Amino acid sequence: MSNEEVLHSQTATGHVHDTDHDHNGHHHHHETFITKYVFSQDHKMIAKQFLITGMFWAVMGGLMSVLFRVQLAYPDESFPFLETLLGKWAKGGHISADAYYALVTTHGTVLVFFVLTAGLSGTFANFLIPLQIGARDMASPFLNMLSYWFFLAASVVMLSSVFVETGPFSGGWTAYPPLSALGSASPGSKTGMDLWLIAMALFVVSSLLGGLNYIATILNMRTKGMTMTRLPLTIWALFFTAVLGVLSFPVLLSGFILLIFDRNFGTSFYLSDIYVNGVGALPNEGGSAILYQHLFWFLGHPEVYIIILPAMGIVSEVMSTNARKPIFGYMAMVGSLFAIAVLAFLVWAHHMFVSGLNPFLGSFFVLLTLLIAVPSAIKVFNWLTTLWRGNIRFTPGMLYSIGFVSMFISGGLTGIYLGNSALDIHLHDTYFIVAHFHIVMGVAGIFGMYAGIYHWFPKMYGRYLNNTLAYIHFWITFVGAYLIFWPMHYEGLAGMPRRYYDYTNWESFKMFAGVNLFITVVALIVFAVQILFLFNFFYSIFKGRKVTSQNPWGSNTLEWTAPIRPGHGNWEGEIPEVHRWAYDYGKDGKDFIAQTTPVGAEEGKH
Amino acid sequence: MSTYFVIAVIVLVFVVIFQIAKASEYVSILKGEEKARKQNNKINGFLMIAFLFLGLIGVFYCHEILKGRILGESASVEGEKVDEMLYITTVVCGIVFFITQILLFWFPYKYQEKENTKVFFFPHNNKLEVFWTVVPAIALSVLVVIGLRNWFIFTGEAPKNALVVEITGKQFGWIMRYPGKDNQFGKKYFRNIDDASNTLGLIWADNAEFNQKADPASYDDIVDNSSTMYVVKNRPVKLIINSRDVIHDVGLPHFRMKMDAVPGTPTTLWFTPKFTTSEMKEKTGNANFEYEIACDQICGNGHYSMKGIIKVVSQASYDEYQRMQKPYYLTAFPEKDPSAAPPAADTSKNTTAPNKGVVEGTVNKTLH
Repeated sequence: MSNEEVLHSQTATGHVHDTDHDHNGHHHHHETFITKYVFSQDHKMIAKQFLITGMFWAVMGGLMSVLFRVQLAYPDESFPFLETLLGKWAKGGHISADAYYALVTTHGTVLVFFVLTAGLSGTFANFLIPLQIGARDMASPFLNMLSYWFFLAASVVMLSSVFVETGPFSGGWTAYPPLSALGSASPGSKTGMDLWLIAMALFVVSSLLGGLNYIATILNMRTKGMTMTRLPLTIWALFFTAVLGVLSFPVLLSGFILLIFDRNFGTSFYLSDIYVNGVGALPNEGGSAILYQHLFWFLGHPEVYIIILPAMGIVSEVMSTNARKPIFGYMAMVGSLFAIAVLAFLVWAHHMFVSGLNPFLGSFFVLLTLLIAVPSAIKVFNWLTTLWRGNIRFTPGMLYSIGFVSMFISGGLTGIYLGNSALDIHLHDTYFIVAHFHIVMGVAGIFGMYAGIYHWFPKMYGRYLNNTLAYIHFWITFVGAYLIFWPMHYEGLAGMPRRYYDYTNWESFKMFAGVNLFITVVALIVFAVQILFLFNFFYSIFKGRKVTSQNPWGSNTLEWTAPIRPGHGNWEGEIPEVHRWAYDYGKDGKDFIAQTTPVGAEEGKH
Repeated sequence: MSTYFVIAVIVLVFVVIFQIAKASEYVSILKGEEKARKQNNKINGFLMIAFLFLGLIGVFYCHEILKGRILGESASVEGEKVDEMLYITTVVCGIVFFITQILLFWFPYKYQEKENTKVFFFPHNNKLEVFWTVVPAIALSVLVVIGLRNWFIFTGEAPKNALVVEITGKQFGWIMRYPGKDNQFGKKYFRNIDDASNTLGLIWADNAEFNQKADPASYDDIVDNSSTMYVVKNRPVKLIINSRDVIHDVGLPHFRMKMDAVPGTPTTLWFTPKFTTSEMKEKTGNANFEYEIACDQICGNGHYSMKGIIKVVSQASYDEYQRMQKPYYLTAFPEKDPSAAPPAADTSKNTTAPNKGVVEGTVNKTLH
């Protein structure tokens, strides 16, 4: 089988790409529908599979948020269509508390893991790593394929939990025990939680298979001349992302395994001193509920960098290309990615300042947490300097990159509030934190993803997305995101708790009813515009304007030296050799100098 | 019917937008893609600066509308420090926010693509990079120092004269306990819990199976199952926080404090209320004002309804309230009242009730 042939010749020769690779490109692969579109081992197809599955979950997660926002906006009104849609979960057209919490929980879980982890780094790591480092495929295309199929299995299990009688898990995406351990404490903690745990375990496997593969590929399979310091920043970001995932996901899994034991086998890792209404005292003693939080956040915090680092990499690349100017401070950008990756492991307990954690221990986490603002600040200033005195083209990808930086600033600054434990003691678990992480991780992560999709869509499908729709999509999403999340800061400053089904009985929070209504209306509009994007995406795959030039954005990186619609193996003929870094834009009066261009004798040094 | 109408309108709007978008694509091809791109570039460059202006106005306008709805003055002495820190942090972050956002949208406008622009090849500059590494590091150090100083006050020992009240979360309400006349909390053990008569599981009787001996200190403890707590104005109050089932959180927005209630791991929190509830009613102009305890940690499907009330009263009213309460033991066993009231001898020195009565302990603020 020719795929196998590619695989073996690739792995056998490792990173040495000699002329004997010629036959790979010219060879006509025998591909059936199944091997090309379903069980594909081509990294580009796997990337598209990740992307489209991620988009499915983005729509599901977005729809869930729309549903629970309707409840927050209209706590007293009933909408008959909700009963049609949700059945017993919305009797009389009124979403029940059970359903509300299930929606909130599933929304959080799928957006964090399935959309912003698998959909973002799964898509772009798969698509960009081989193309930008000059490799014909991943180190192990087979493991890569498995990574997707484990993700799909996780998706199927998670989706199935929506249909069980007791409902999906409803204890928040962080799944703190004892609530998540005791089916008697919440209906969502019955079968729904078992399915949630199985789905997440499958997802961890998927992440590890993917991550190990990305690391191996980046370290071993760079083309001739592609030293580490010539890598585009996308690859650096994806590399650190993979390292974070490989080191932290196993810890999460261990936490889940203990939880499975507590749930099913009568152990007491997390349980102690519990009396459940209607059930009585449980036999468990001696466990610590806080142990789970340590294990969870040891992944949970790196996880937010797993989400944001690929977005940062994409933004750096897209911004430099469209400013027609080198990224400012390449080594500082790599250094700050590295600093963030290291610090990511040392700040997890800032999620636990008010959990009963020793306050003295907490104080170290304050210091380390605020320290992480330094590399983040460096990145922002470097992006700003990249824009300064450029010649900026507002492609949709560029707009989303600028939007990303704006969101990252706004959400990053509120992190300085929350990372300081003496302020967190007031703001913890209020809408302030909801605003913070949605802006800095949710919206910024999605913006990075959109920047990537708009920028590399021509490479993925050989066609363009419709620009007018893209501009409408960007401006409404961008303005809408601020309108949704900015007022939430004020709700949080007033101490309004997150994850409340109804605020009408609270003297302290009911004055925000109008704000909640406003947020919901904007959320509905923004959601509708995302549907417009989906339409643009799928329509353009088949009917979009065809790409006619190999390098439509005038970019330096290697993927634009491949054919417009590259086959499995990426380059016809020899793999290009690299002679310079990826950011020679506007050097010596030249608009751009591709990485494959040898350094001229007269050329200035940077 | 109206649902279908709404759907039809939405679909129609989509179709119209899509047709316009397609038409504009054809026009751009006819006009020449390069020319169309440059036009689009101008429009988006303008939108960048327009967004900056409207955004800044929006930030100001939003603040004007909502500033009255965030909490007014802190109702606790310690909360003033939180507010002060909020203010300092907002000034520091606000400066950075406005500078960076203005540059972020002004640069794209100013440096949008123009004919014959020669971009400035500027790959790095060590001085600049060191400058904006060091300045944020210094600013953040200042914030850390202020923050930690306050943090250690908040989480440090409560003053000696502090009132001590125990608060226990359960699905979905709060149980308050006062130490009674002897000023000591009796021991409790969760297997003694009986939702009808002993909601906290106080150790009132010997039990060989549990290896426990009746704790006389528990006989005069006052338990209030109505989710309402009484504390005294200007007197520090220390809460000993427990949970009976899952994790809850004692959220006190007006006092700017919160702490999780963890089953098996008692936590503490202390603050000094500044205003009585009736003073706050006047201050806020809201006759229904109450200091509400909001559960801030998702605890099940009734999470949103898990409300408690703190009544801040004068010392005299508090003493009156205490006098009116009957010890919980006597509520459970009315026949022992009053002659059979237990002697207050042989009490251990603990203020809270560790498990099983085996560990005589201080209050655990920490994991262990």
